Amino acid sequence: MNTRPLWIRIVAAIGAVIVMVLPRRRLAALILVIAVASILPFTVKNFILFQMTLVIVYTVAILGLNILTGINGQFSLGHSAFYAVGAYTAAILMEHGGVAYYWTLPAAGMVCFVSGFLFGLPALRLEGVYLALATFALATATPQILKSSPLEPWTGGVQGIILNKPDAPLGLPLNPDQWLYFFTLAVALLMFIGAYNLVNSRSGRAMMAIRDNPIAARSMGIPVELYKSLTFGLSALFTGVAGALGALAIQFVAPDSFTFLLSVALFVGLVVGGVGSIAGTFFGGLFILFVPNIAEHISKGLAGAVFGIILILVIYLIPSGLGGTIRLFLYRLLQGTR
Amino acid sequence: MELFLHQFLAGLATGGIYALMALAIVMIYQAIDSLNFAQGEMAMFSTFIAWQLLQWQFPFWAAFFLTIAIAFVGGFVIERVVFKPIRHAHQLAHIVVFIALFAIINSMAGFLWDFSIKNFPSPFGSHALFGQRLISAHDAGMIGVTLLILALLYGFFRYTRVGLSMRAAAANPESARLVGVRVGRMVALGWGMAAAIGSVAGMMIAPVVFLEPNMMTSILLYGFAGAVVGGLTSPGGAVIGGFAVGVIENLAGTFVPYVGRELKLSIALVLIVAVLTVKPSGLLGERTVHRV
Amino acid sequence: MARFAPRLLPTAMLGLAVAWAGPALAQKKYDTGASDTEIKIGHIGPYSGPASAYGAIGKTIAAYFNKVNAEGGINGRKINFITYDDGYSPPKTVEQARKLVESDEVLLIFNSLGTAHNAAIARYMNSKKVPQLFVATGATRFGDPVNFPWTMGWQPNYQSEGRVYGKYVLQNHPNGKIAILYQNDDYGKDYIKGLKDAIGDKIKIVAELPYEATDPTIDSQIVSLKASGADIFFNVATPKFAAQAIRKAAEIGWKPVHLLNSVSASIGSVLKPAGIEAAKGVLTSSYLKDPNDPAWKDDAAMKEWTAFMQKYHPDGDRTNAFTVYGYLVAQSLEYVLKRCGDDLTRENVMKQATNLKNVELGLLLPGVKLNTSPKDYFPLEQLQMVRFNGESFELFGPIVAGDIGGGS
Repeated sequence: MNTRPLWIRIVAAIGAVIVMVLPRRRLAALILVIAVASILPFTVKNFILFQMTLVIVYTVAILGLNILTGINGQFSLGHSAFYAVGAYTAAILMEHGGVAYYWTLPAAGMVCFVSGFLFGLPALRLEGVYLALATFALATATPQILKSSPLEPWTGGVQGIILNKPDAPLGLPLNPDQWLYFFTLAVALLMFIGAYNLVNSRSGRAMMAIRDNPIAARSMGIPVELYKSLTFGLSALFTGVAGALGALAIQFVAPDSFTFLLSVALFVGLVVGGVGSIAGTFFGGLFILFVPNIAEHISKGLAGAVFGIILILVIYLIPSGLGGTIRLFLYRLLQGTR
Repeated sequence: MELFLHQFLAGLATGGIYALMALAIVMIYQAIDSLNFAQGEMAMFSTFIAWQLLQWQFPFWAAFFLTIAIAFVGGFVIERVVFKPIRHAHQLAHIVVFIALFAIINSMAGFLWDFSIKNFPSPFGSHALFGQRLISAHDAGMIGVTLLILALLYGFFRYTRVGLSMRAAAANPESARLVGVRVGRMVALGWGMAAAIGSVAGMMIAPVVFLEPNMMTSILLYGFAGAVVGGLTSPGGAVIGGFAVGVIENLAGTFVPYVGRELKLSIALVLIVAVLTVKPSGLLGERTVHRV
Repeated sequence: MARFAPRLLPTAMLGLAVAWAGPALAQKKYDTGASDTEIKIGHIGPYSGPASAYGAIGKTIAAYFNKVNAEGGINGRKINFITYDDGYSPPKTVEQARKLVESDEVLLIFNSLGTAHNAAIARYMNSKKVPQLFVATGATRFGDPVNFPWTMGWQPNYQSEGRVYGKYVLQNHPNGKIAILYQNDDYGKDYIKGLKDAIGDKIKIVAELPYEATDPTIDSQIVSLKASGADIFFNVATPKFAAQAIRKAAEIGWKPVHLLNSVSASIGSVLKPAGIEAAKGVLTSSYLKDPNDPAWKDDAAMKEWTAFMQKYHPDGDRTNAFTVYGYLVAQSLEYVLKRCGDDLTRENVMKQATNLKNVELGLLLPGVKLNTSPKDYFPLEQLQMVRFNGESFELFGPIVAGDIGGGS
């Protein structure tokens, strides 16, 4: 019974995204999505709201990965590292610096942009599978680095840092869960608008050109190295901001929270949502939060196996991801009416 | 100095593990031009099958070779059933399916045999060699097996028709088809061989680290590191890479003060990035040239 | 008048009885998760992921409550045991805890596993005033009634145990040199702190090497530890690595006084795989009876446990001490809930849990009892040092207390 509003929400969201695909009514679609999303906190339990907040957080994280892999064609299996950097930046600033939570977001973004850019530099020499490996190694090494003694006074080592959930400002009649949901939603919308504008700009087209044919892109005068590193930085920025939001939602950061399994989850979310599809990232986020729970519900002992089977089925049935498939379906559907 | 020698040999021993894993990884890379993240789990599952056979009182070598055969068939079947349908999908989709396979195999192993550690016997015994306890018989045996497999692979690819067909299928599927090579079958064969090598790796590794469903997870990363450092196109390079990773990790862990121990995985990372930056296709790999 | 008298007496008696029983009957109090017919208990454990070996505990607890229900429940109420997997990932622990409290509406959450994981939910549980009982970690921070009055540990905490070993070394090997292998996290560091607190600077620690749970082997560390010239080895490792350490030490001919931490003190899961010859002489401490130990073959409590495992948990591994742990901790909760009677409020649950006085459970070692008070949130503090003689754990020395927690 608690899930019924959730299903309505999903159907509504799907409807919204479908509408979103049609170029002329984009603005109307956006307003529709915002409207539905805003009613949600007052119709569902706090716990579901908490889960939806996490879905939005993961969506933004996947969006970051999408910019790198979907738009620019660089593999990354290491985005959990940037997510962790964002989360810890926020936590350290709040815990040791007494900084207010909303300022931690731009800070996390900046720190992640720089670290992403710096990682992007040696990554320039790596292609495809090699880059995937290097990023995979980065993801695996991250918890260790976070635990290490030199950093312990800041990171709290294995024990981690506990954060406080912010209260609604200005005495608004919202509980902390609801307020955080709206805050996260607002930030996510900003990021989405940013990503959308990026993709449709000259820079975006340059990034896609690099993905499709780097040699041709270079011969057209696009500074490939600069763009690739910048894209890395930008992608890390998005995922880092998501990490900071995630830290606020969970109210806790610890090295064990950011293992390579998170990277794998983000990657899975990317592919399931549709590589290159901005709108699809939402489905990716939904998938990686809810499907493991569903798998556990189906079988306690074989939850992992059930998850794997569902994943394979999704790839078989919709190899271009949910976002891409819906778009495809709609264009075919509207072939006659347009 | 004695400590250095001990650590060096210990590093060679661990490196032997990584080298075996790296061989299996390179094998599959040759077949499908992609990295199989479920390789470790397949090896682990094969080892469990061997363990189960031993529980059922099979003699050791019978269980050993039977497991290799089962693994071979298993790899072949997995390719035909799971990967053939998505042969033409995006490479990223392939990786997701590997991940799914990882989850399925790991979960099934835990379900069938639970998560506590189990002893797996070594065919070489565990006494020390050369009396001085520098290196155990098992470690030496493992290195020997690695080199044996390497030699067999070399001979296979170089001197047999099937090996040649496989190389052709991997290098240029269209042309290979034109000369009559059944490319699909070659790919499945490659999978089977990789799974077989993986099972040997698992059975060699389990006596050292104890058998349990999560035993391969970290070894896989070091195996990848070894394969990449040595060059993904070169089995010999993979073996050298594996040993190198083992030795460097051990020595760095022992002698680099303060952070060496805590950041072993990071060392693997730095290694990968450093080698690849200087020589993008690995130490012994060949540059693959793509026509524009 | 006489006609009414016969009815007057029974009525008066009834009235008296009601007056007496009135307050008791009226005391049926419930918080969310408890009712006349059931008590909902929440649990979170690592059934997948790197710590999945500990999933065996949750499975044993579930089986135990099946038994309790088959035998009529607790005070006539059935136990609805809800357990979720957190994959050993703190964010997932938070999600599952919120699900249990807000969606499943349990009365309490018990035996959640992992230090970071319990830390992640401690503030939430305390702010919601839901008991976080008998957490499955020996980290010393979970016995803090001032800051986290709703959170309580169960097993002897790691620092206490470290101190026990420290005292032993002071008494028996005052001129020894210690080498330590430890897991590079709070669990490992907690033990070391206990040891160091006990020995002060009276005994030298010549080597202290960490390992990560992601390391494939710890052979390299053992080689270095031997080279340090130490004759006492403090093995603070989880089962898999502890077994590797025991075996490797024997392989390279290193025979120190081997102190093994109790987390890995299992004949079936650690010592046998490591090799009986290699493990002979290993010292550890324990608070529960090891099912592989022939000393308890005819012990009544052990027989009861074996019967329970055969009937209710046939898939369980009877050589794995985790199943004994699960059984004991479930019994502890059963005891607390029984004592709550009909007052099943969360407050009363905590009240009963913080007033355990010398509670004996069959599978605890003789002399080891549960003791808590509103100031002492450490139910188990006593340990018995044992020596593995190739077949069983020989008890030696007295039951010792680690002296952290202020006593009762």
